[in-house]
Formats: sequence, C-alpha cells, structure tokens
Amino acid sequence: MIDFTLWDILRNLLLAARWTLALSLIAFIGGSLVGLALTFLRLTRWPGAALFCRLYTELFQGTPLLMQLFLAFFGVAVFGLDVSAWTAAAVALTLFSSAFLHDIWRGCVEAVPKGQWEGARVLGLGYLKTMRHIILPQALRMAIAPTVGFSVQIIKGTALASVIGFVELTKAGTMLNNATLEPFTVFALVALLYFAMCYPLSRLARHLEARLNVTAR
Amino acid sequence: MSLLAEVSALDSASSDAAVSEKAAVTESAPVSDSALDTESAKAPLVSLSALTKSFGDLPVLKGIDLEVRPGEVVSIIGRSGSGKSTLLRCINQLEQHDGGAIHVAGKLLDGSEMDAAALAQDVGMVFQSFNLFPHKRVGENVMLAPMLVKGVARDVAEREAREMLAKVGLGEKFDAWPSQLSGGQQQRVAIARALAMHPKVLLCDEITSALDPELVGDVLKVLEQLKREGMTLILVTHEMNFARDVGDRVIFMHQGRVHESGDPATLFANPATEELRQFLGAVL
Repeated sequence: MIDFTLWDILRNLLLAARWTLALSLIAFIGGSLVGLALTFLRLTRWPGAALFCRLYTELFQGTPLLMQLFLAFFGVAVFGLDVSAWTAAAVALTLFSSAFLHDIWRGCVEAVPKGQWEGARVLGLGYLKTMRHIILPQALRMAIAPTVGFSVQIIKGTALASVIGFVELTKAGTMLNNATLEPFTVFALVALLYFAMCYPLSRLARHLEARLNVTAR
Repeated sequence: MSLLAEVSALDSASSDAAVSEKAAVTESAPVSDSALDTESAKAPLVSLSALTKSFGDLPVLKGIDLEVRPGEVVSIIGRSGSGKSTLLRCINQLEQHDGGAIHVAGKLLDGSEMDAAALAQDVGMVFQSFNLFPHKRVGENVMLAPMLVKGVARDVAEREAREMLAKVGLGEKFDAWPSQLSGGQQQRVAIARALAMHPKVLLCDEITSALDPELVGDVLKVLEQLKREGMTLILVTHEMNFARDVGDRVIFMHQGRVHESGDPATLFANPATEELRQFLGAVL
C-alpha cells in the first residue's frame, strides 16, 4: 500500500477542487442566463408566461437536486442519448440554479414598491420605460446580495455531482478515503476546502446587503 | 447678454401648446371676486359626470358630478373611506372608472387602454408617500419625465429642473439624493417633478399627511404660490385651515357621494348637513 502524506492528500483535493469551482461557475453563469431569460419572459406579460415560469420554478424547487442529476445522467440514456457526467452535471445544476435565481429576481422586481409604478405612471412613463428606468435599477440593487448568497448553495450543490461519477472535491475525497483509510483527515480537509470557497462569498453577500441597504432609500 | 436673450428665445420656442395655454390661464386668473363671473364662462378643465367606481362588490363612488375650472383650487374633504382618494385617482386613470364620464381639458377619458404620456401632460399628481425615485438624484427625478416622455433635450431639461427646484425653495438640492432630504423637502421635490411636465391641473393626494407638523407649512406655502400663479389644484386634504384660507371651493364627500359643496367660508361656518357638522367637529 502506498503511503499518503498529508500533502499528498491535500494536493489531490486541491486539484479536484478546481472542478468544483469550474462546475459551480458553469452552473452559476448558465443558471443566470436561463434565469434572466425566464425573468424577462415573465415581465413581457404574455399570456401563459407567468404560469410557465411558475411551473418551471416549482418543478425544480420541488424535486431534490439529486433526482435531477439522476434524470440528466441515467434518465436520458433511456432515450438513447449518451451524456458524460460533465454534461449531465452542468445541465442539471444550470436548470436547478436558474429556477432559484429566477425566483430571487422575480421577488426583487415585485419588491419595488407599488408607489414607484404609480409615480412613473403619472409622469407619463409607459410599462417599458418604467421597467427600464425605475423598476429594474432598483430591483438589481436588491438582487445583488441574495444572488451572491445563492452562489454558496450552488458550490455546495456540486457535491452531489459526485454520485454520478463526476470527480470533483467530494468524489476525490471518497476516493482518497478508500486509498488512505483516514476518513477524519480526508473529510476534514474536504470540508475545510468547501468552507474556504463558501465563506468569502457569504461574507461578501452580507457586506453587500448592509452596504446596499444603507444607500437604497 | 445677447446669449442670454438667445437662450430664453430658444426656451420659449421649444415650449409647447400646454405651456402657452397655461400662460394664458395665468394672465386671466381671477384676482378678485368680480373676475369670477368671466371665469365661470370658461370651459371646465376637469369635468366629471355621474362617475361611478366599485372595488369588487364595494361601491366607492356612487355618481359624482364635479366641474373644476382653470385656476380653481378645490379641496376635497371627508372621512377615510368616503371615496375622496379614489375620485382623485380616477381623474388620472390610476383607477379605471366603471361608469359616467371624465373630461380633462376637453378630452374624454374613455376607460380604454389610454395613452399615459398624453394624460401626464394634462394632469400631474403628488402622492402622500412622495414616490420619489430613490436611485436617482433630485435633479434627475425632475428631469426624467420631460426627457423620456416629451423628448426634451438634457440641457433644456436640466435648466428647467433647476428652475422648478428653485421655485419650491430647493435650488441647492439638485445633486442631493432623495434619502438625504427631509419629508417636507422630498414632497417639494415631488411637486417640482410634477410641475416639470407643465400639467394643466395638479392633483394632490393628502400630500402633507405623512409629514411632521413643522414641515407642513413649507409644502402648503408652495401650493399657495402655485395658486397665485394660476395653477388649477384639486386636493384631498386634512388641512382645514388651508382649505378655508386658500381654497376656492370645498367638496365634502360622504359614502361615495358629494354630500355638500360650496365656498369654504360658508361651508365651514354654516354646514348644512349633520354629517359635515359631525366631521368638522371631529377634525377642527
């Protein structure tokens, strides 16, 4: 049996953490794009748009991320599609993130007080001008802190991608545990690395929340 | 000197029909009671006939007839729930009326999807809660609608915004944020913002109710000045002194109807109905 030094374990975990970060970034960017599209779709006030967005959100918020990953990986195989763990994880996490981000942003748009709509309306601004100049700038301000906060959930969510064989931080941890039989050391380091990624984001979210609130109104 | 003259010439050239009409109103605004006779010959600026409005099963306005002439200051008083705010909000279509007719400056508001931009140039509104845009500086709050709705050039809009702010006594606050101002100052910015669209009539919905008592005076002073300049004002108010001293006419609303109306001195001194007597007893 090969002897693993602490440095060997940490080095391998750090290498695997790159994939956690990469997957998180893809999920965040992809989720933002889809979530933004959903938010604008809802704002068009087209018949059925709001219903579609609500069903979409409830579907992805109301089922475990793990099931979504299984469906994206094993499920599509039923239809003869062969997807890599990478693709399945990226797609599932993107859809999952988009549902939550859309919900956050929709809430921010709705949280702009009704008086702002009326104030703009009596000045003669139509729906689009009011959205663009009055509502969205204020909603954006409110959205920043919870959006950064949700990115923490995405990072932790990537851990589930380990079960479909995607080698990221958690998967690397289980593999190293099997090789070293030192679960405490290995998983403590895994947890520490997750914490090192998430904590700065939580702090940033809290900082932004405090700062944006003071000047908002 | 010649540059200044050019600028002001440009200014008057760019002003639209609404402004010149308003100027005409200002000139012929009543200065004494004897002028009232010629005044009444004028077409009403705002005219409501048999106006009805319900929220669900609850009738809020049960047939309102009201005519407001150019330059008139009309105060609407009454208990909360009497329909006075709803009446005001129907005039600029923040609420769609169910029945009856509303004419503003001779145009019928037919309750269909209407052009907010066109209406905003006839009717301005100031709210109890100010509704300033918190993410825009004071000056931008005032400039926004002329630029976006009327297509006024930025430099022209800015000059006019500075004028309007000076008029309400806040000339030095152009670059301040709304959150840095007191309630009274914010409300005066809201008035300046409404005036920047050169409306023919200004609706005021309890605009002093959210203010500390010592700040109310500054806002009322601005309204007095507007009246002197010939602006038509319709206000829902709890300021009975203002309604009596500055208003031309008082409308007492009760249960969705105009219960009593008349000139303020008579109405406050000799209320004809028991309801008004009770109301005045409660608020004075």
